[in-house]
Amino acid sequence: MTNQLLAQYANTSLYSAMAVFTLAMLGYALYLAALVPHRDRVAAARQSEREREELLVGAGMPAGAAAGGTATAVDVDQAAPEPVAPADEEVSVRGRKAAGIAGTLTWLGALLLVLSATLRGLSVHRWPLGNMFEFAVFGAMFTALAFSIWSTRRDLRWLGLFVTAPVLLTLGLAITVWYTEAAELLPSLKSYWLAIHVTVATLSVGLFALGASASALYLLRDAFQRSSRPSVLDRFPPARNIERLAYSVHIVAFPLWTFTLIAGAIWARQAWGSYWNWDPKEVWTFVIWVVYAAYLHSRATSGWRRQATNYLALAGWACIIINYTVVNVFFVSQHSYSGL
Amino acid sequence: MTDVAQPQLGALGLLRFAWRQLTSMRTALFLLLLLAVGAVPGSIWPQRGIDAARTADYIAQHPTLGPWLDRLGFFEVYASPWFAAIYLLLFISLVGCVLPRTRVHWRAMRSQPPRAPSRLERLAAHAETEVAATPQEALEAAREVLRGKRFRVHAHDGRSLSSERGYLKETGNLVFHLALIFVIIGVAIGHLFGWKGDVIVPVGQGFANTLSRYDTFSPGPWVKPEDLSPFSLTVDKLDATFEERVTGRGQFGQPRDFTAHVTATDTPDGKPRKETIKVNHPLEMDGASVFLLGNGYAPVITVRDKAGTVVYRDATPFLAQDNNYKSVGAIKVTGATPKQLGFFGLFLPTAVISKETGPSSIFPDAKKPALALGLYEGELFPEGRPQSVYTLDTKQLTQIRNAKGTDALRIWLEPGQTYQLPAGRGSITFDGVERFAGLSIRSDPGKGLTLASALLALAGLIASLVIRRRRVFVRVSPGAEPGRTVVSVGGMAKDDDDTLPEAVGEILDAVKRRMGTPR
Repeated sequence: MTNQLLAQYANTSLYSAMAVFTLAMLGYALYLAALVPHRDRVAAARQSEREREELLVGAGMPAGAAAGGTATAVDVDQAAPEPVAPADEEVSVRGRKAAGIAGTLTWLGALLLVLSATLRGLSVHRWPLGNMFEFAVFGAMFTALAFSIWSTRRDLRWLGLFVTAPVLLTLGLAITVWYTEAAELLPSLKSYWLAIHVTVATLSVGLFALGASASALYLLRDAFQRSSRPSVLDRFPPARNIERLAYSVHIVAFPLWTFTLIAGAIWARQAWGSYWNWDPKEVWTFVIWVVYAAYLHSRATSGWRRQATNYLALAGWACIIINYTVVNVFFVSQHSYSGL
Repeated sequence: MTDVAQPQLGALGLLRFAWRQLTSMRTALFLLLLLAVGAVPGSIWPQRGIDAARTADYIAQHPTLGPWLDRLGFFEVYASPWFAAIYLLLFISLVGCVLPRTRVHWRAMRSQPPRAPSRLERLAAHAETEVAATPQEALEAAREVLRGKRFRVHAHDGRSLSSERGYLKETGNLVFHLALIFVIIGVAIGHLFGWKGDVIVPVGQGFANTLSRYDTFSPGPWVKPEDLSPFSLTVDKLDATFEERVTGRGQFGQPRDFTAHVTATDTPDGKPRKETIKVNHPLEMDGASVFLLGNGYAPVITVRDKAGTVVYRDATPFLAQDNNYKSVGAIKVTGATPKQLGFFGLFLPTAVISKETGPSSIFPDAKKPALALGLYEGELFPEGRPQSVYTLDTKQLTQIRNAKGTDALRIWLEPGQTYQLPAGRGSITFDGVERFAGLSIRSDPGKGLTLASALLALAGLIASLVIRRRRVFVRVSPGAEPGRTVVSVGGMAKDDDDTLPEAVGEILDAVKRRMGTPR
């Protein structure tokens, strides 16, 4: 039995979340706009930054220069203040206010998504992860929640736009293209493994989304930093810090993805008789795992450039997108639960 | 002699060079990415091992591309030599990388942390303070603090301490990689000793676990089919329900529940027990598991000859073609005289006929079942070749035309109806509808090892990502005044460690607290 009224409330809640995320996105965009320094201030800022670096090297590490090479870089970075690149007072009050409101709205949007998923689950008396629409809502929910929780521990306002925009895009696609009526599950999905395997899968995809945003921003920031063209990215945390942040998300998401793979195999044995069937979805889950494994290996290898490493992370993210869209819709697979 | 020895040395050198190349991280990474790329074609093109019929269709539809893809192994990617080459090289590379590292790690675990460098301020993190204590007291305090933080501490001299923690990081890393090797071994055992067989059992009929009873049986290379455990089971009832209430897009008519009620017997003279098999709930028998992977309709059909004698009566499985169970099947009446009769056509659980699409089914449940059949006569099994039970081999058959001879004879039957065949060939009766269970019986002796290794790999992975490996050195030197000591703490990490300065600061603070109030 499905309760269509609850399903309607779930959709209303989802639409509200989208409205809230739109406002949050605008808030974060305003914040970035406020970060853009006036053209004549760029040179001055640049100058002062250079001076600050010299100061750090001069004062903090008398032997730093002597150590040479990478060691110096490490010293400077670790002595440098935490990711907050622009001193907060340099940002206009309006910009800071916008970011503050956007942060609160992101929380609100995330909680509305939790509500929407809960209502959807109550309306169908099951774990609400039975089709593409529900996966998308869950993934967006985890991304927004993870970002909000993480924001309480460090300043991530610069990342806000690049989280709320994809979340909003995902929700928009979910409610229009992937929408399916609330209903019961196919027999093969009726298992407690649904709650385990698919929840962890969406959680890990939600985190990979954060990682991909951070990796992409790192590559941009790094490119601008080296070409020394002025841009709003100058006001972001230093490239190295963004990169480290991307890595820290990925090392949480990767074990979760590994678990998804193992739990999926256990469930596949229950439902289909064999733990590995080379089903297209399985193949792509494996491909994603391998690409992110390559990312972790290349990061641990000293000979690899960090840029190449982060391109691997983006390749992994591209595979996730393909796995979710192309494989779900176009490939003949036992995972065809899209409801399309 | 040296002339002879020279090329031998060269060959050895070349081997060593190849080994170095293969076990380098760069090659491992390249092979990893190659593995990812190599796996993709198997998701794009139909695979023979998964769906042989679709593969054959694809090749037939692409007469130029198809055979070439076939030659290159694109329809059996995961059994192809090039895919095997990638993962075997990867695992050789893995072994070549992990074994030396295991040796190094083993030594590291049994040895003491190295001597403290002379200038700790050169390390990645460093902090210094002066305390009111003798150097010996300060060192003792530092030793206790480090021990409390689970560092392995060693004093190489009386003025410094060396300590290290996080050995489990590398242990986890090695466990992860070794466990992956065991995952592969488990998969290989499953491949060599495992088997699977599929069988269609109409409700009311039984099944015994012997080779001859299977419709298809694929054993691993080292399986002895005569050793199959002698269990048997009877399908008593099959429940199938479909979505009727929700009419929205993509949900109406979707399957909701399949349950097979069976009577299982472990040995021929064993005690029968009642069991159920559901889609996510296989029945575990001795040495094999029984899965309910398919179902469909088996209309009960009786064929009589001119005199009214029954020449055929059976629940005949028809194979579903779409989500509404429009099913195809054949009724092969070998006992008919003077010529053998073959009926071929459709079973429609909820039948409608439209001008555009002809007969079709609009709902998967048997709401208004009907049979739409054509009739052939002649020889059903030319040269006794094996053939599908769902189709007729029409090579030596001729189709019967209707009374006027204008068109092929078309028979439409609903349950209980009988159709008199033309020219005294007898009659066909549609007695009723039964369901059949599509059972898959599988055995995989390697699955336990694979699962245990995979979980071990996950544990190792988490340890290697979460644990931080750090070395912390403490050095003491006399302070500016007598009775005071400068305590210097330096830390270094194996890889990125952004909380290292914090940790070093904490250690120094803890030392200060132990020494009493700072100056």
